[in-house]
Amino acid sequence: MRVVIAEDHALLRDGLIRLLEAHDFEVVEAVDNGPRLVPALVEHRPDVAVVDVRLPPTFTDEGLKSAIEARRQVPGLPILVLSQYVEQLYARELLTGGGGAVGYLLKDRVSNVADFLDSVRRVAGGGTAMDPDVIGQLLARNTRDEPISRLTPRESEVLGLMAEGRSNAAIAAALFVTEKAVSKHTNNIFAKLDLPPSEDDNRRVMAVLTYLSSR
Amino acid sequence: MTIIQATSNAPMRFPRLAQPFIALFLAVLAEVGIAFFVLNVVAVPLIAVWVGIPLLLAFVPCTRWFANCHRTMFAGITGEQIPRPYKKPPLPGILMWLRTTLTDPATWRDVAWLLVNAVVGFTLTLLSAVLFLATAFYLVYPLLVGVTPAGVFDRPFGGLVTLNFWESFAMTPLGLLAFLIWYSVGERLLKADAYLGRSLLGPTESAKLAIRVRELADSRAETVDTQAAELRRIERDLHDGAQARLAALSMNLGMAEEMVSRDPAQAAALLTEARESASTALSELRDLVRGIHPPVLADRGLEGAVKALALSCPFKVDVTIELPGRPPAPVESAAYFAVAEALANIVKHSAATTAWIQITHERERLHILVGDDGVGGATVRPGGGLYGIERRLNAFDGTLTVASPTGGPTTVIMELPCESSSLKITPSSGTA
Repeated sequence: MRVVIAEDHALLRDGLIRLLEAHDFEVVEAVDNGPRLVPALVEHRPDVAVVDVRLPPTFTDEGLKSAIEARRQVPGLPILVLSQYVEQLYARELLTGGGGAVGYLLKDRVSNVADFLDSVRRVAGGGTAMDPDVIGQLLARNTRDEPISRLTPRESEVLGLMAEGRSNAAIAAALFVTEKAVSKHTNNIFAKLDLPPSEDDNRRVMAVLTYLSSR
Repeated sequence: MTIIQATSNAPMRFPRLAQPFIALFLAVLAEVGIAFFVLNVVAVPLIAVWVGIPLLLAFVPCTRWFANCHRTMFAGITGEQIPRPYKKPPLPGILMWLRTTLTDPATWRDVAWLLVNAVVGFTLTLLSAVLFLATAFYLVYPLLVGVTPAGVFDRPFGGLVTLNFWESFAMTPLGLLAFLIWYSVGERLLKADAYLGRSLLGPTESAKLAIRVRELADSRAETVDTQAAELRRIERDLHDGAQARLAALSMNLGMAEEMVSRDPAQAAALLTEARESASTALSELRDLVRGIHPPVLADRGLEGAVKALALSCPFKVDVTIELPGRPPAPVESAAYFAVAEALANIVKHSAATTAWIQITHERERLHILVGDDGVGGATVRPGGGLYGIERRLNAFDGTLTVASPTGGPTTVIMELPCESSSLKITPSSGTA
């Protein structure tokens, strides 16, 4: 799988390259600033891009802006954003910028190699990978008049894992229940969030998205 | 600036027709002021025989009350507040009070004003009133001549001429003339009186500076205290948290390095522990950084940071922000933390279901309103969250006002000076 990396810190960039190459990814380009990122993404059209939020020259949210810009030019381009901190605001901007195939993780999640690689593959495969911190913040909201309030505690738990981007099998394993039970919960969630049945696999992403954009 | 120049701007707060009566009232008060003047002037030499002390204790507060009434009236006339310039005694006690009062220039300026007001102020206000009364008098003069018996009103010039009813109409142009004069200068005369009072009753430049210096010294002391406490907190957090965890991490790595060939399983366990330790250290550092300067504030400015705050609130928060640019970093940071603290208060105490934040920039000030529909009853008390905000804003000459009746809703109004010229115009993010 072909990857483009954007990270200004040399140590971290080399670490990421080494980590990904050791697991059969091909790093086609690694940039260290924002302005070079968009052309690199548009030119290579990688299977997935791993992007740091804070990049030169502004050292603010240059990486995030470039990623969103690249997705505008290449719709559906899978992008995994890494950051020292997670903000719902940024997660929302990423998700509303073209649905699915995005990830937003804390940088420390990289240290759990297996989970991190799983996230990268998920995003490359058109899925999502949201940091548990973001999801935690979302579900912690006291949302009296919003559809999310109709969910049972178990269903919120399932939605949380679903929003992180996990498959039914992974959710079943995490909650120690059968896959059938999980799919029953997910159907209930879709019903309660007014997401009509369709063949579209992205209903899972939509579940989070409707919630995010309903605010 | 001469009195005439000063009187030409700033609209009057009173309707035009009320002015003659106010002027008349002020003229009467100016003469009443003579009594206060005499009492004060007589009391001071009597201090030598001790009788003056109780007299002053009675007269000075009376004079100040009288002057304060005028300050309020003059403020109504000129539209500008007149600050009260009196010094506060540094220590309690009658003699201390007497000493402070007698050495306070404001005391003597009050007395000087009483005298000037009785002469110049009286003339100005009386003139203003008389011009209007003359208008009324001469316009109804024929009527007066007609309805009163001969000999009461028919000799306007002290018996030189006697007018009958028809001849008395010759006097009405005088009424029009008086009206024109009153219309053009009546208000100015009143304002001139007010500016005269203002120049003596308001604080002198040095008194203004003294008041300002006291405020600045207080706010600087508070700022220094707050900063020092903040630095101590950061030092403690780093020392007990991240530093300790990194030391443990380095130790674990060292042990794993040594063990990797002998006991790979044990080494792997140590490495896992090291990784967890690193993660925790990172998350502690993250919280610390957020507490010092939130990254989203650096990235997106006040607007983005406040929106992010609103998103992380457990209830619905409506955000309206209209800023022509980014305020200077310290102001931005103070405003952000003030909003954050206000929101945290709402979460903790108000039991609100919705809140709203409004930030605008008007007349060189940043106006921040944070409101909720909670139970109300919020007050500023030492040690509380609102007190913390007040101190934070004080450092920038900002103010905090709380409107929170029991039962709610609560509105916190914050203001921070912020000149338009210091607002940086940044290109819009285009991603929001």
